[in-house]
Amino acid sequence: MIDRHPWLDALAHAVLIVGVLVVAFPVYVAVIASTHGPNDFMSGLIPLLPGSEMLANYRSMLTDGLSSSGAPPLGGMLWNSLVMALCIAFGKIVISILSAYAIVYFRFPFRAVAFWMIFITLMLPVEVRIVPTFKVVADLGLLDSYAGLTIPLIASATATFLFRQFFLTVPDELMEAARIDGAGPLKFFRDILLPLSRTNIAALFVILFIYGWNQYLWPMMITTTSSHYTIVMGIKRMSDVADALPQWNVVMTTVVLAMLPPVIVVVGMQRLFVKGLIETEK
Amino acid sequence: MQTKRTVFGNRLLPYALLLPQLAVTVIFFLWPAAQAILQSFLREDAFGLSTTWVGLANYADLLHDPNYLNSLKVTAIFAPAVTLLSVGLGLVFAASLDRLVRGSRVYATLLVWPYAVAPAVGGIMWWFLFNPTIGLLPYLLAMVGYRWDHSLQPTDAMILVVIAASWKQVSYNFLFFMAGLQAIPKSMIEAAAIDGAGPVKRFFTIAFPLLSPTTFFLAVINLVYAMFDTFPVIHATTGGNPAQSTNILVYKVFVDGFIGLNLGSSAAQSVVLMVIVVALTVIQFKWVERKVTY
Repeated sequence: MIDRHPWLDALAHAVLIVGVLVVAFPVYVAVIASTHGPNDFMSGLIPLLPGSEMLANYRSMLTDGLSSSGAPPLGGMLWNSLVMALCIAFGKIVISILSAYAIVYFRFPFRAVAFWMIFITLMLPVEVRIVPTFKVVADLGLLDSYAGLTIPLIASATATFLFRQFFLTVPDELMEAARIDGAGPLKFFRDILLPLSRTNIAALFVILFIYGWNQYLWPMMITTTSSHYTIVMGIKRMSDVADALPQWNVVMTTVVLAMLPPVIVVVGMQRLFVKGLIETEK
Repeated sequence: MQTKRTVFGNRLLPYALLLPQLAVTVIFFLWPAAQAILQSFLREDAFGLSTTWVGLANYADLLHDPNYLNSLKVTAIFAPAVTLLSVGLGLVFAASLDRLVRGSRVYATLLVWPYAVAPAVGGIMWWFLFNPTIGLLPYLLAMVGYRWDHSLQPTDAMILVVIAASWKQVSYNFLFFMAGLQAIPKSMIEAAAIDGAGPVKRFFTIAFPLLSPTTFFLAVINLVYAMFDTFPVIHATTGGNPAQSTNILVYKVFVDGFIGLNLGSSAAQSVVLMVIVVALTVIQFKWVERKVTY
């Protein structure tokens, strides 16, 4: 603080408080709605104060689901989301760190070609090539499987770049010393490079977990039976009942459960999250 | 391309290390993209029995298709609106936070978490809040005499999806502006203060120009986000309606390809989108290298 401007500080506080409230308001309303019974949404205004049906809503959605809109129990969907998010995060990290290692620590024909091929993946979001990608997955027989949910999404240009940038900052002397001591490439990777990359891996993991958890279009395409539904895509099925009003209390129960895990990850690991976010986009 | 001054001598190992990444890239990225390009030159008959080569006819049809032109127009409103709203709010919050000594970490935490919420989930929550029969915001708008109905009014629907799509992006922009502001040397600000510049003047003559690389970077990133990653927001709320007023390009590719089964047209639209993404990415890299400072 260089000079004192009490009224400006007050204004800054006011802007931030209003901002926090506006940002949090939809979530507040969703949480409140998930504590009410179905009859509170028939007419009038959405409830703004907590109701008494919270336990009943969460219990019935987690264990029974909502058969009228073809929604399986949320417990299973949460599990599928977790498996998908973890597989994508681990898969992306493993294949990216290996390819970054190859690109930085070896010289071989077609190195630039490999680098540019990975780079291209960055440019083609799944949404713009969804029809042919779906066809490939269908032809490979991967529909309705965890493999189909995760493998097509684990190629990652951003993670490869992050590791490449990081490896370039690792002092050359470390590798030379390791070679003089007789360590081969795999031993150097496992005993020196991997421990040095720990923070980067953790930061990336937070970002990729959120990315995987929040997938929507891809699981919607790939899953045809309820056994592999993920929770984020499942919300749409519930809010979309034919010829009827959505059952807002259970839709909002699902909404709360769908956002809780990634929000906990971000708030709990805020420092890693910020680091990961800012470094992957550089 | 950069490497280390000494490298390992193995011949096969680097290929083995690259294999998983390249396999996934080729099978699930390059091959489908090539298919989309090929498909965009073909046309199937109504029963999918025969396929004929039609050259650029699918692209030419797009230019005459009022629905496609409408979708272009909708995207040209939607993407800049989302970018302006979310980048603007991100900057306002970051600049406010930068003034404060106390409480800044608490505010930061409270502003950052929406980034974790899936776009589809954010869309549903705003949809609920704007529900024409029981929603809170239509109720408040009715008090000032406005009848909100996003299922009938194109403008209302557009406002709804812009707000829903911008919501989680504000936290992202906020974080980047905060990092940008913290990187500005304190001595520069102090020198300006000694010369008699007040806090508002300091912001507009020092902080804002120095933030221009960040602002430019965020503008591109947010345009890409609004054009491609907002599919779930549209799908979970308006479904492109009413009267196609929120049918953005990436949503139309999906509808035409999967529901309309118009593969040739959908593929041509995919290719157009790929060109746009590549162009935006190239711009981003070019400008990031050049460092926009004045």
